[in-house]
Amino acid sequence: MPKVSEVCRQVRSKVAGPFWVTIDLMFDGEDNYRRYAESPALGADAIAAVYDVDPKKVTLFPIPTLHILKISYPRRTPQGGVEERDLHSGQQYAYLLDVELGECHG
Amino acid sequence: MNTTKIYVPQGSLGVGIFPEEIDYALAREPDAIALDAGSTDSGAAYLAKGVSKNDRASVKKDLELLMGAQQAAQIPILIGTAGQAGGDQNVDWTRDIVLEIAREKGYTPKVALLYSEQSQRTVEQKLADGKVTGLPPLGDLEKAQIDDCLHIVALMGPEPYIAALDADADIVIGGRSSDPAVIAAFALRQGAPAGPCWHAGKIAECGGQSTSAATGQRGVLIEIHEDGFDVEPVDPQFKATVESISGHLLYENKNPWKLTEPGGELDVTDCQYVQLTDSKVRVTGSAWTPKPYTMKLEGASGNLFQTIMIVGIADPDVLAEPQVFHDKMLVTLTERAKSTTGLDEGEFHISLRMYGWNGVSGMQPPPGSVPLEIGLMGVITAKTQELASQIAKACNPYFFHMPIRMGMELPSYGWAFTPGDIDRGPVYQFVLNHVVSVDDPMELVRFELLDV
Repeated sequence: MPKVSEVCRQVRSKVAGPFWVTIDLMFDGEDNYRRYAESPALGADAIAAVYDVDPKKVTLFPIPTLHILKISYPRRTPQGGVEERDLHSGQQYAYLLDVELGECHG
Repeated sequence: MNTTKIYVPQGSLGVGIFPEEIDYALAREPDAIALDAGSTDSGAAYLAKGVSKNDRASVKKDLELLMGAQQAAQIPILIGTAGQAGGDQNVDWTRDIVLEIAREKGYTPKVALLYSEQSQRTVEQKLADGKVTGLPPLGDLEKAQIDDCLHIVALMGPEPYIAALDADADIVIGGRSSDPAVIAAFALRQGAPAGPCWHAGKIAECGGQSTSAATGQRGVLIEIHEDGFDVEPVDPQFKATVESISGHLLYENKNPWKLTEPGGELDVTDCQYVQLTDSKVRVTGSAWTPKPYTMKLEGASGNLFQTIMIVGIADPDVLAEPQVFHDKMLVTLTERAKSTTGLDEGEFHISLRMYGWNGVSGMQPPPGSVPLEIGLMGVITAKTQELASQIAKACNPYFFHMPIRMGMELPSYGWAFTPGDIDRGPVYQFVLNHVVSVDDPMELVRFELLDV
């Protein structure tokens, strides 16, 4: 099964205000988007497991016109706090790059 | 068709302006210059300390160029979220630079100052009146959280900027503001439709980042008309494309379709994007739904303090079992801290960041991972700097010499400097993520007009 890094032209992450992280998976072309954007490996439960957050608070925004899947979830710790490791959340995308994707069905 | 043209020279005041872009932009006869000067992205320190992230000379250089443009074109400059955080001190810092330039150049602009910093008492009163509501992921606001804040600001909408323009201000220096509002304000005052004004403001808030320039150091010109708005870079070597403009709403936003702003919600779900020329995109279909007026509150605390220590580890026994080493050291340092200070575990905090292993994520790496070496950072947090420093010093021998198993010869891990412990100062945190309801957009804003 292909990895996220093999079917996306870019994956980026950033803070969306001090309490949220947002990740943009930019698929390489319509075909890849159609095949993999709704893969269970990119579903709320799977994302929640990767980032150790509550799956109910993971939000997915599929954007077919741009071939982008946007994912937002609350930070585990507030920005700049006692346990901060990535102030701008700019490195959080890296943990999705090797996630293996099955094709969507339906 | 009547249009309003706004020149947004850069993504944030102080990041550097290309003077040739200003010439190019002014040749298109914009009606106003608008830009922001900060955000929350770099953390709470700038609000807590009242200082800018950018150095004074960089901000002054950019302001010199923009004030020169203001003089030449006789159009207003609107600056939002002055001094990175938009607190009163950040506004005054920016004001002083503007006044210094005016003095040096012999300019006599009318300068409006918009302050949106709130006293703790004001926020407590709003809380008591039931006017403060939480935003996820934080819950209801407690009075103790307000007490913890060093500075609190309320995010302004366009109305204070419109009031400043009504007072004939040439330069508006605003405290904490919605970035799009600062860019939208002039066109809203001209009677342009709210949807396109807000959407254009959102697209242009990072300057040229929404174009092929892909950087906030470049500028854009937006033209707002009755059906929508057009965007183009002010440097002919760059282009705005349907993809770059429609994709920009993803950037640093939790939701790419709907944005809550003071006084309403911008909805771009049904927008159409058309490539008008090689470098210009037209956007139509932006919708604005008025809502009861709320302002977002941001508050920064700094009541905890940290001391850090860093060593490098190449010891193969540690590299074979990093997590075992981590867990054991955490217990050892915690016990040491308790026994030397007499404190309970809840009165201080120790965290160990193993760079090269899981320093950035803090999560368990895949089975079989073996690091080449580990940079180990110990972060000690306590209620005072003295206490954090004391705990670090007490932990130093263990941080230095603890072997992965008792009975082994004591290792000496790699220190890069002496002394080995570094007082980092306060931990600055955002503690508010709440909105406050107001009866009037100016209710929590103080307005000053300076005749230079």
